[in-house]
Amino acid sequence: MTTLDSSKEIQKNNSEVKETHEDFRMFGLITFLIADGMTFAGFFAAYLTYKAVNPLPDGAIYELELPIPTLNTILLLVSSATFHKAGKALLKDKNSDSQKWLFITAFLGIIFLICQLFEYFHLPFGLTDNLFASTFYALTGFHGLHVTLGTLMILIISWQSRINGGRLTSQNMFPLEAVELYWHFVDGIWVILFIILYLL
Amino acid sequence: MTISIDPQKANNESLQPKGWLRYFSFSLDHKVIGIQYLVCGFLFYLIGGTLASAIRIELASPISDFMPRDVYNQVLTLHGTIMIFLWIVPVVNGAFGNYLIPFYVGARDMAFPRLNAVAFWLIPPSGLMLVASYFVEGAAQAGWTAYPPLSITTPQSGQIIWILSVLLLGGSSIFGGINFIATIIKLRRPGLKLMQLPMYCWAMLGTSLLVVLSTPVLAGTLILLSFDIIANTGFFNPVLGGNVVVYQHLFWFYSHPAVYIMVLPAFGLVSEILPVHARKPLFGYTTMVFSIMGIVVLGLVVWAHHMFTSGTPPWMRLFFTIATAFIAVPTGIKFFNWVATLWGGKISINSAILFSCGFIINFVFGGITGVALAQVPFDIHVHDTYFVVAHFHYIVYGGTVFIIFSSIYHWFPKVTGKMLNEKLGILHFIITFIGFNLCFAPQHWLGLNGMPRRVAEYDPQFQFVNQISSLGALLMAISTIPFLINVFISVINGKDAGDNPWNALTPEWLTSSPPPVENWEGEAPLVEEPYGYGKEISEQK
Repeated sequence: MTTLDSSKEIQKNNSEVKETHEDFRMFGLITFLIADGMTFAGFFAAYLTYKAVNPLPDGAIYELELPIPTLNTILLLVSSATFHKAGKALLKDKNSDSQKWLFITAFLGIIFLICQLFEYFHLPFGLTDNLFASTFYALTGFHGLHVTLGTLMILIISWQSRINGGRLTSQNMFPLEAVELYWHFVDGIWVILFIILYLL
Repeated sequence: MTISIDPQKANNESLQPKGWLRYFSFSLDHKVIGIQYLVCGFLFYLIGGTLASAIRIELASPISDFMPRDVYNQVLTLHGTIMIFLWIVPVVNGAFGNYLIPFYVGARDMAFPRLNAVAFWLIPPSGLMLVASYFVEGAAQAGWTAYPPLSITTPQSGQIIWILSVLLLGGSSIFGGINFIATIIKLRRPGLKLMQLPMYCWAMLGTSLLVVLSTPVLAGTLILLSFDIIANTGFFNPVLGGNVVVYQHLFWFYSHPAVYIMVLPAFGLVSEILPVHARKPLFGYTTMVFSIMGIVVLGLVVWAHHMFTSGTPPWMRLFFTIATAFIAVPTGIKFFNWVATLWGGKISINSAILFSCGFIINFVFGGITGVALAQVPFDIHVHDTYFVVAHFHYIVYGGTVFIIFSSIYHWFPKVTGKMLNEKLGILHFIITFIGFNLCFAPQHWLGLNGMPRRVAEYDPQFQFVNQISSLGALLMAISTIPFLINVFISVINGKDAGDNPWNALTPEWLTSSPPPVENWEGEAPLVEEPYGYGKEISEQK
């Protein structure tokens, strides 16, 4: 709800009207993440349909091993927790603590990407080998792109939170909250992707 | 948490260009962006219309003599893509939405002005890319649906540029949708309830929900399609083990809602125009709201009725036939509500209401053929024939484009402060209405008798009816001339409109014409009854 009426502290100096309204940037971000989630939903639907309708041709190799993706799942889940810690620390005006937790989160994200690349290089199939291989790379690649963007954003906000009274403070939490929500979203997508691609 | 905004800083007049130059700037003013959308869309409409004329000239004779067959396919692809993604969707959503929604919710601008400007400025470059893709080797010729395997079998640089451009336009559409949802839900003036909003807000809320939920699926699909073309994967290529029907499912998951993205805002606009010129309250406000939301929900679960000939299993045919038939219920409610709004009203005959009534007539016809097409036996008979072309154009041209013109006649006085010439406007309506029906009504007959669409040559027995249709297309092309003359004359030398020439009650008419930068001099007015016509003035708020 807008708070125009509560903001009757409208300052009138030289007809310069100052008004306040509620912060709905988070609302916009959630709407965007719903849209982003629908892209993944489309990919998942395509993969599941292929699985139901298109059998793997004879001699085609499509084998996935569990250890690395399981490690990756744990990495991302832990990184969600460390991100939460960063937010808690910032709320208590402990900027250096917050920055430390953000660095740990970004580090976990980078480890995730390295593991993912390691898996890519050691899989027995390539992008164009068969339908499932293509879908596997498209899905994990699209998710990896999200992790890359998220890691970059975490590094940016950790730079912004380096000093007390900088851009990112307990009074201005929005950048951290926005990236945190995005990061949790990317983690959630990974969990669904892990179940659909590796476990099913 | 609250944000304080400093209007002078947010829209610093000294930093923003003034006069006509501001229409070429990265302006954050929602009114400027609305006009940018409209003019940009209209320029692309002229291009798409020229292509349509080329198609009708080709079809005036049964042999392919005006252009080679592959050029014909490229032309119809470009015509469809331009008309949908660069004219209808940006104008009926972006142009009128940006101009009107902040007024209707009592705000000074959209929720995210910068995102809004970004969303618009994605359109001109991607539109130019789309047009340019025609001149590259291997221009897109698979229709606006870009069905594989046709779109992937020959390596096509033009098809890739086409995909890239549609992806950017989809992004623009999603940014716009996010902005509309946030504006309507979050930026309402205090005291203004949801059920007091003008109907266009509801239409745009429903449309934006469809945009946000379905456009990303199209983006994902087109990314996979471009992988098929560039990286030689086989998602949709049966030779490599892929599945073309998956593409069709994903594509229509966006593109059926896209039809509602094109027509729901028109429903909203006609609901604004009719009460003003009939001097009666909008009939059945609540049922209108619920039928819009009903169309949104049903619109998401009917996509496979485009695929009855794609080997869909019987249960799927049954489900999608029934779901599609159900859409006729909320749509019918809206139709009867519009007729009831006009019924017994003090109707003033002017260009705006003529185009609106033209919309009602054309739309009910297109709706009836739509219900017919939902029935599997009938659909299989006329699938991929001119019957489908006729149905589609009755909805999108006879429906939405008529409403775009109606809205231009209705809101031109607000935007420019000048009246449009009524005589030229009525002439525009008469030529458009006759031309449109002459062009598309005979195509029903052509389709029922088996003339396929998207083919440059046809059986000579269809020549006479095709020539009638081409004559109609000629009239439609001519009808643009009085409109353009009218706009130019009126901008330069029109009669002064005053603030509220139609004596309308919706909020945009309660400010000056053209409106000031921040919409209102003081606080935004609270309009609790946007359709309170025919009541005593003392009862009005």
